[in-house]
Amino acid sequence: MAQLEVDVVAADGKVWSGAARLVSAPAADGDIGILAGHTPILSVLRPGAVRVVPAGGGAPLSWHVDGGFLSVDSDQVTVVVDAVSGSGGTAPTGH
Amino acid sequence: MAGQQRVYKARIKSTQSLKKMFRAQELIAASRIGRARGRVTMATPYSRAITRAVSAVATHSDVSHPFLVERDDTKRVAVLLIASDRGMAGAYSASVIRETERLVQQLEESGKEVSLFVSGRRAVAYYTFRQRELAGRWTGSSDAPTPEVADEIADALLAAFRAPADEGGVGEVHVVFTQFVNMVTQRPRVIRMLPLEVVEGVEPAGEHDALPLYEFEPSPEEVLDALLPRYVRTRIYANLLQAAASELAARQRAMHTATENAEDLIRTYTRLANQARQGEITQEISEIVSGADALASS
Repeated sequence: MAQLEVDVVAADGKVWSGAARLVSAPAADGDIGILAGHTPILSVLRPGAVRVVPAGGGAPLSWHVDGGFLSVDSDQVTVVVDAVSGSGGTAPTGH
Repeated sequence: MAGQQRVYKARIKSTQSLKKMFRAQELIAASRIGRARGRVTMATPYSRAITRAVSAVATHSDVSHPFLVERDDTKRVAVLLIASDRGMAGAYSASVIRETERLVQQLEESGKEVSLFVSGRRAVAYYTFRQRELAGRWTGSSDAPTPEVADEIADALLAAFRAPADEGGVGEVHVVFTQFVNMVTQRPRVIRMLPLEVVEGVEPAGEHDALPLYEFEPSPEEVLDALLPRYVRTRIYANLLQAAASELAARQRAMHTATENAEDLIRTYTRLANQARQGEITQEISEIVSGADALASS
């Protein structure tokens, strides 16, 4: 199955990078979930939680971001965040 | 004669303590430069992502933005000078200030008014001593800039660029900083920050490649609106980091030279002191011999 190549970057360094099955982010018009094969998109992010489900079934990761933007281009996902907190802790269940 | 020896001894001692200080500064700079270059590497993914996104918007949609167009309603231009907080870095601050002065003169000759934004205590001192007005000043973190400082500087510059002409709005923003080429070469550089020209990052698509059709959320204008200030911020942060790495490299080299010069001085003074001591001994011997001679002949 196709995977997403995900980079989560902040101004002072890379936060996380790797292969993922699903990325969800608080886009401008509502939360967005991205799976492999998503159409290219550039979106502004609202403050909220960015969640990444790693490929190969690890525990999902979650960060709280203050804003930023997200770009998807041929399964290459880049999440650019201004300030990030909650250093990749396991996402609360029930999403 | 004994006085002369004492003078040399004192000089050797003070040069030795200077040498210790130079050596310490050199080692400090050397240890920090690794960290500074690490920070440059750490910031690269972010700036690459921003640049790619900005060029994507710029190439895939034909929206315009205030940051991309020339302003002709004002003659004011802003110049941001990035220098160091401390000296002991050879000609580092002097050469970047000289470059700024040249740019300011050039701009003034073409009928512009310049407002100066200055980062680094050395440059602030230079301009306050000459009683030149500064539109903005930042000091205290020239060798380890943080994204927060870059944000502050960027906010001030963007505010000046957005301001209407009668409230001191500027039509262009130039940045003078020192580019870190390698450990030996650091070059003062002038770049025009605003209005922006975004060309790097996305390769022109070949005839057969279909350009990815981006969807913009909420709209191309708003995406651009959110991206461009971030882009400016990253560029300024990158320039600050380059300047910091250059400053440390310049300091390391200057202090290395200073240490060597101190060693040379110590060597010279040691020789002179030895000569003085030898002269003294010779004199004493000849005094004793002539004294004994005088006694024997009497």
